[in-house]
Amino acid sequence: MTAIIQIDTLSKQYDSGTRALSDVTLDIHEGEIIALLGPNGAGKTTLISIICGLVVPTGGTVRVGGHDIRTDWRAARRLIGLVPQEIALEPFEKVINCVRFTRGLYGEGQDDAHIEQVLRSLALWDKRDAATRELSGGMKRRVLIAKALAHRPKVLFLDEPTAGVDVALRREMWEVVGQLRREGVTIILTTHYLEEAEEMADRIGVINKGRLLLVKPTSELMGEFGKKTLTVELTAPLTMIPDELAGRNLRLSPDGRSLAYEYDTRAERTGIAHLLGDLAAQGIKVRDVSTRQSSLEEVFMTLVSEPRQEVTA
Amino acid sequence: MSGINWPGVWAIFHHEMMRFFRTVMQSLLSPVVSTVLYFVVFGAAIGGRIQSVEGVEYGAFIVPGLMMLTILQQSVSNASFGIYFPKFSGTIYEYLVSPVGWIEVTLGFVGAAAMKAVLIALVILLTSFFFVGVHILHPVWMLAFLILTAIGFSLLGFIIGLWAKSFEQLQIVPMMVITPLVFLGGAFYSSDMLPPFWEAVAKLNPVLYLVSGFRWSFFGLADVPVGVSLVAVSLMIAACCLAIRWIFATGWRLRE
Repeated sequence: MTAIIQIDTLSKQYDSGTRALSDVTLDIHEGEIIALLGPNGAGKTTLISIICGLVVPTGGTVRVGGHDIRTDWRAARRLIGLVPQEIALEPFEKVINCVRFTRGLYGEGQDDAHIEQVLRSLALWDKRDAATRELSGGMKRRVLIAKALAHRPKVLFLDEPTAGVDVALRREMWEVVGQLRREGVTIILTTHYLEEAEEMADRIGVINKGRLLLVKPTSELMGEFGKKTLTVELTAPLTMIPDELAGRNLRLSPDGRSLAYEYDTRAERTGIAHLLGDLAAQGIKVRDVSTRQSSLEEVFMTLVSEPRQEVTA
Repeated sequence: MSGINWPGVWAIFHHEMMRFFRTVMQSLLSPVVSTVLYFVVFGAAIGGRIQSVEGVEYGAFIVPGLMMLTILQQSVSNASFGIYFPKFSGTIYEYLVSPVGWIEVTLGFVGAAAMKAVLIALVILLTSFFFVGVHILHPVWMLAFLILTAIGFSLLGFIIGLWAKSFEQLQIVPMMVITPLVFLGGAFYSSDMLPPFWEAVAKLNPVLYLVSGFRWSFFGLADVPVGVSLVAVSLMIAACCLAIRWIFATGWRLRE
């Protein structure tokens, strides 16, 4: 896979002495969606801000499409679109003029057909002549995306794109991101919504205290770190777990109608077959079984709470 | 200059000019009303008791000073507000992440601020024709001084806008520095009319050189040689450009 962004031992230390980023090395592949996860102050926004030109790094290099962001910044920036975390728009400007303005800043001539297509794809065409201050929060966020797409960037940064928006709008945003991915745009997003990363990202990077702890394909991460819970629904309720099954680490539901068994997908033996055999031997009849993968949130909490070596990806 | 992102310059310039035209009545009406008041107070009420200054009717004598007062105030306020507002609203990020550098941003903002100031000054000149007979001896030099001064003080306003962290700071420099310098810079009198000591002090005021050069283009009268006035405004432009280049290179008050 071709790397469209190459980050090499990137560091940022502020004058106050705070180290926001420490030796981050990461290749981002063309056409992928990568989610950066981490608690507040982990360094996600600092990383994005350095690549986009908002923050000056104190060490390391970044190349976008082969262009160094410091020595060949004009060429590098032409490839990038940024949707910032905070909603920042000229309040009295019309939506369409905002988008045209951004296109001009990127050195592109007027292309009303493209701007119309962008606004239509974000359901903003009907609002093109409205002043941005008249729009709802969700629409303003979509205007920010429209502005970031005005010059047809190859790489799109979405910094907490769905922070503070309702569930319906979040779904809507995910659809927009999915559509962009189909068009071949590389997307880097930071998010607090782990469900979002799990739903959309091809790979997930976990950042904590300025260090990149790991980067893995989402499915691999879930498989590697995810625990599963087997729920066994019983035909007849139990009042207590039989002594013969005490060592199995089972949890009986309050109504006595189901048993929960947690197992590690990485283990050589999950113990499921033995458990089902033991239940049959005890004369406990099983009505149904189901499994549930632990959420990325649980995976994430495990990662940031355990000391790990940072990785190179 | 081939590396300059000219569409980027145009985008900023056009965006700023559109803001001016959205409020064209208030942008133009306010300076015109002020000018009319100046003519009424200084030209008619006080000027009636002053026959002439260095052979020029007093009402006409103050026209270059009034235009200079306007151009300085408008240049500084337009440029400082132009760049401060994106900082205030948060949209400054766009200028920092797009392929525009200090040259494009400066050309766009300062070009628009200077253009607005020149337009307003010319409207004031037209207004003055209703009150006094003004003959412009060197019209090309008059325009040159007007444009150079507008650029110089728009650059200064741009620096103030970059420096300011609040609307209060944005207004304090124009109010506390620019306006006094203009009033003490010979806008309404010739420095020859001052006692020798104050005449020497007045010569330390850079605005005196601008007003003097500008008045020369109207009447052929100057407090200081015209060449000195041109050098003064050119030096100011060069110094401001260097300061802006430094601000963008270091990210002072712009980047973290």
